Amino acid sequence: MSVDTKQVAKIASLARIAMSDAECEKMVPELNNILDWVEQLGEVDVTGVEPMTAVIPNTLRMRDDVVNADPKTGGDRREDVLANAPVAEHGFFGVPKVIE
Amino acid sequence: MTDLTQLGIKAIRDGVADGTFTAREVTEAFNAAVAAADPLNAFLVKTPERALEAADAVDARRAKGEDLGKMGGVPIGMKDLFCTQGVETTAASMILGGFTPTYESTVSQNLWDAGATMLGKLNMDQFAMGSSNETSAFGNVISPWRKSDGGNAALAPGGSSGGSSAAIAARLCPAATGTDTGGSIRQPAAFTGISGIKPTYGRCSRWGTIAFASSLDQAGPMARDVTDCAIMLGAMAGFDPKDATSLDLAVPDWEAALSDDLKGKRVGIPREYRMEGTDPQILESWEQGKAWLKDAGAEIVDISLPHTKYALPAYYIIAPAEASSNLARYDGVRYGLRELPEGAGLQDMYAATRAEGFGDEVKRRVMIGTYVLSAGFYDAYYTQAQKVRTLVARDFEQAWDKCDVILAPTCPTASFALGSLDDDPLTMYLNDVFAVPASLAGLPAMSVPCGLNGDGLPLGLQLVGKPFDEQGVLNAGLAIEKRAGFTAQPEKWWS
Amino acid sequence: MSKYTIQGATGEWEVVIGLEVHAQVTSNAKLFSGASTAFGAEPNCNVSLVDAAMPGMLPVPNRECIRQAVRTGMAIKAQINKYSRFDRKNYFYADLPQGYQISQLYHPIVGEGQLVIDADEKAGIPEDKVIGIERIHVEQDAGKLMHDQHPTMSYVDLNRSGVALMEIVSRPDMTSPAEAGAYVRKLRSILRYVGSCDGNMEEGSMRADVNVSVRKVGDSELGTRTETKNVNSVRFVQQVVEYEARRQVDVLEDGGTVDQETRLFDPGTGTTRIMRSKEDAHDYRYFPDPDLLPLELEDDFLEECRASLPELPDAKRARYIDELGLTEYNARELTAEVETFARFENLLAATASGIGKPEKDVATQVANWALSVAPGIIKSLGEEANPAHATAEAQASILDMQAKGEISGGQAKEIFEIVLKTGREPEEIAEAEGLKQVSDTGAIEAAIDEILANNEDKVEQYKGGKDKLFGFFVGQTMKAMQGKANPAVVNQILKDKLG
Ligand SMILES: [Mg+2]
Ligand SMILES: [Zn+2]
Repeated sequence: MSVDTKQVAKIASLARIAMSDAECEKMVPELNNILDWVEQLGEVDVTGVEPMTAVIPNTLRMRDDVVNADPKTGGDRREDVLANAPVAEHGFFGVPKVIE
Repeated sequence: MTDLTQLGIKAIRDGVADGTFTAREVTEAFNAAVAAADPLNAFLVKTPERALEAADAVDARRAKGEDLGKMGGVPIGMKDLFCTQGVETTAASMILGGFTPTYESTVSQNLWDAGATMLGKLNMDQFAMGSSNETSAFGNVISPWRKSDGGNAALAPGGSSGGSSAAIAARLCPAATGTDTGGSIRQPAAFTGISGIKPTYGRCSRWGTIAFASSLDQAGPMARDVTDCAIMLGAMAGFDPKDATSLDLAVPDWEAALSDDLKGKRVGIPREYRMEGTDPQILESWEQGKAWLKDAGAEIVDISLPHTKYALPAYYIIAPAEASSNLARYDGVRYGLRELPEGAGLQDMYAATRAEGFGDEVKRRVMIGTYVLSAGFYDAYYTQAQKVRTLVARDFEQAWDKCDVILAPTCPTASFALGSLDDDPLTMYLNDVFAVPASLAGLPAMSVPCGLNGDGLPLGLQLVGKPFDEQGVLNAGLAIEKRAGFTAQPEKWWS
Repeated sequence: MSKYTIQGATGEWEVVIGLEVHAQVTSNAKLFSGASTAFGAEPNCNVSLVDAAMPGMLPVPNRECIRQAVRTGMAIKAQINKYSRFDRKNYFYADLPQGYQISQLYHPIVGEGQLVIDADEKAGIPEDKVIGIERIHVEQDAGKLMHDQHPTMSYVDLNRSGVALMEIVSRPDMTSPAEAGAYVRKLRSILRYVGSCDGNMEEGSMRADVNVSVRKVGDSELGTRTETKNVNSVRFVQQVVEYEARRQVDVLEDGGTVDQETRLFDPGTGTTRIMRSKEDAHDYRYFPDPDLLPLELEDDFLEECRASLPELPDAKRARYIDELGLTEYNARELTAEVETFARFENLLAATASGIGKPEKDVATQVANWALSVAPGIIKSLGEEANPAHATAEAQASILDMQAKGEISGGQAKEIFEIVLKTGREPEEIAEAEGLKQVSDTGAIEAAIDEILANNEDKVEQYKGGKDKLFGFFVGQTMKAMQGKANPAVVNQILKDKLG
């Protein structure tokens, strides 16, 4: 499988990376080189093989239903949450106006 | 007085503990080395005052007769992928420009709790994507090594932990943190004549470490020798309930159990690693490695890892796929860069911010990852790659019937000139061809220096162990280290 | 009543409805972080570093959220999947800090189940109908955007970001607005019985994505559907179905085609419109979340979930009819809401033990009291009543006095009114206010003797076969006793005296 300029533009849009036509064009051979190369995976017989889920035998641990048990994963730290925001006003993050 | 910057973790820890020198003296020596090494561009942020403050605290604890910890008084460099409270953390990307975490990563916190102190944040490949440190948004890291031909060509320190490898090789710090997703500890260690270990997936918490590819990312120590790696890994590792993939296992005392006696151990030599295009000198070093391990009492056995060839292409689907999603949070809303062109709406802001903030290699991988997950391609690429990953892991499982540890080269070549692979991402990716299989299988793996090539550049040998068997890896590494007697250092041209 | 159809110019159309209900899981903390789920906090206060997707943050699932989803699955008789996984749904929006929602696509925690909507003749549902449920999966809620606080900016509040939701996906088995409404009501009732969701639709704890398509009556193929998002009341769900069905019929009859699109409901106008922000978000690039291992449920965990399930609405209703002897209507009314049956069962237990009879012997009396008598009094008193005074003990003691004949039905009501206004003890009220029947045979006998003496002619007529006159004597006696005589005693004495 290979991509053309139009598909690259579509991927860039899905990935939310602004790209000029020239940039898309430049990326076509770069992506196709990589895609051609990974194509060799198709040679591998994977009949009956499950896709990898957990690389090291381990089961999903769960947390107790306790609020703010650990400050590192708890709430009530608005200042920290907003500390690095490009725009924060009245306790909110600010973004360009969205029309739903 | 001895040059304190020539000391490693163990020597510093023991010297501070027994009063041979103070933590402050050590820190001052390294602070000075860091300050004088700007041409290497290894540090993105220097924190000399913070280091001194922490050193004074260690000295004060000593005065009171308190325990100084596993790494009491040892100043280290911190790869910029680890979030450090109050110290700018960017993953060497413009998109995180100015980001100052209000929290400390588990791994760095563990190190501070063990008495280590921080000299600064180390340069790296942007978001850990690269093998030469050329994808940093803040300039290349220059390897302290130069070819012995008298030329001054700037060489790659490897990547993505290239700031870490360069800083240790140049004696700017005795040790540094690294992260390894597909070779990012082992390859730069090999390029710069130092040691580094990636532990079993889940040994080191990923909490607070900026994610590249979640199912592969593992932190590990980079240091001058195997003993220092064992000490530092012991300080970094440990169960963390904040990371759902963290291993709920006790951390063994790897340092105490170090031994280069390999009697009764079988060392596997995977025949598929004898690849075309591998530097003959690297193949020679591999032969040498076998001889050393035999000398240490091990039995050498041939093994087969039939899916080796497919590990790298599988990796270049899985890692970008995970990265494309992990990096979606960099959108200009909550931290870092925001690009807001005149009249832009929300989605335009995202696209402009990410176009401006991500470097070329990051964009390339996000694009690949987005593509392989997109409608109609998911099974052909992603599911197939995860099945191949299962087969790669199965190869290793079968190999463990025949051997206890695997010996292989770390990389197919020695360090190369910066800029030489600029237009050739695929050749760059091949740097990690020997490193990636162990990453896909989540296995502990390390690189130890084994000698210099004809150009006077370091080469490394890789040891891969069973799950949870860091000890077996460290011990085999120690056996090579003792016999290789590697003491070479780069000539100090940068100050 | 006949099937719900829409009459168009070209013929009759029928509507096909499927609902995806998002129900907020009742838990203290969020699905993957320790931040509180409490409603109404200051903006961005119930937000952890994890919920704000700060660099390096990782999810760890909350066991209680998983438990509640499993219990809910058991309540709809669904397949519980011991192996499930969390997947990432990738898209960019300001209410989604991670750039993906952690959800479950490929391996949901709950598989096929079903729910029975109750027959409702008036609404056009002639008999109970089984609605298929395809799956329930667990996922993160998004944050909230405010558009009206600033002229050029939207504000983002992440308090809801990461709160656990169950998405309950029905089969397209509903064919009228009434069925859709009945489904949401029944589902809400079950969730509230189970305790896995508070069902508070105004606060957004439950909201439905309404999938609607139309086809000509008799066609077997489904038409193209639209999905109207986040509809937050039963009435609105019905309005969406009515509006969308009509709109789609009009589009199709005009020769147009229905686009598969996401729409928004405007409660002000009762109409729907296309949702711009979601227009190009169709490629979600789902893949298993590499931060989370597969979720594998142990037998012990499942057993605890099952053991902790309460009696559910359908079972309870059947028991009320079969064991308590209640009417179909009363049983249905009493089991519709958690609060209703809880009040009833408390009152029933208190009354039965007070009177010393089995529950089934007093159930009908208690049911009538609980469903019509008591609510009627509370309603008529309005503001004057303090419902907190209507304790089970107080009501049980009123019913007890009534059952023993100490008070009449009318007196019971009067006493309850005073209880509601003042909180006084019913027995004390009965004493102090003279609201008691006289069972003293002496006083009643004296009154009856006098009446019979004064009405000898009527006594003759009665003895001559005019049975109806018995009522006359009762009435006269009650009047003489100022309504306070125990009717049973009056009857007995009269019968004895009249022979
Ligand atoms: Mg939906
Ligand atoms: Zn949903």
